[in-house]
Amino acid sequence: MDALPYTTTIRPDTGLTNPKLGIWLFLASEVMLFGSLFSAYALLRTGAPFWPDQSATLSVPLATLNTVILISSSVTMVMAWAGAASGKLSRYRLFMGLTLLGGALFLVVKAIEYSEKFSHGLYPSTNNFLALYFTLTGLHAIHVIAGMIVNAYLLGPGTRMWTRDHLRFTNRVEIAGIYWHFVDVVWIFLFPVLYLL
Amino acid sequence: MSAPVPTTHAINVRPYLIVFGTLLTLTLVTVAVASLNLSESTTVLVAVSIATIKASLVAVFFMHLRGEKPMVFWPLGLTAVLFAALFAFLLWTEGDHLFGTKFSDAFGSAPNAAPVEGGH
Repeated sequence: MDALPYTTTIRPDTGLTNPKLGIWLFLASEVMLFGSLFSAYALLRTGAPFWPDQSATLSVPLATLNTVILISSSVTMVMAWAGAASGKLSRYRLFMGLTLLGGALFLVVKAIEYSEKFSHGLYPSTNNFLALYFTLTGLHAIHVIAGMIVNAYLLGPGTRMWTRDHLRFTNRVEIAGIYWHFVDVVWIFLFPVLYLL
Repeated sequence: MSAPVPTTHAINVRPYLIVFGTLLTLTLVTVAVASLNLSESTTVLVAVSIATIKASLVAVFFMHLRGEKPMVFWPLGLTAVLFAALFAFLLWTEGDHLFGTKFSDAFGSAPNAAPVEGGH
């Protein structure tokens, strides 16, 4: 018996594998983490007598580019899972590699954005909006990095499981994908809230 | 213990590509609507509605919520209630302010006093 039971078989009382239930419980806690920051944003903005023009302070074209990059990396992630589930290793490697590339590009664009702000003397201490902007996007970037670490493992040393226990490997890719798509979902809300409103 | 599951099976990727195209289109629609100089409340409503549609598409198709077991939806339902409560308390706190009653009681104004110019 594996150290972790029900990694590939359905647990009778939940109807799910343990990793599947585990990732959704984890994401539920993540929703509340980001939810608390979104509600802080709403509270501070509605209570402020003046609020900066967000779309003039931040770069909408760069944020739009990052939205396209992250959505693209989400579709390459699900294509990587489809490649793994259908037993096509080269297809899996191609799309998982593209997903990693998408995450890296996202972080590069984010770094360009941050450096532009710093060069104009805009810091988290400048005003409440920038404090929220750096906190929300910084926390999101940490999540992107965490997802990239897991994806890099699944593309590199993790592929040893491909032949040894293929179904378990495919489940790992699916769980990593669910997390990666959640990171995309968070950005889908951050984009209009921070850049467009 | 359940019966063994086949280790590989063909996946139809066409729905994922359709969702991808829809997400890109909705992103452009969001940017276009934000540039129309509509009222703030209208822009918020449209932008957040489009974001919710996009997030739902990702959750249903990419995160495989479509056809998922009920045990997944119980914690998500509870999370949705708590998430809504966060914003309900916010509205409760800020509602007077947002809808123009100007904190008259909090600032000790007479019930029918004229609003103070330059106030919140």
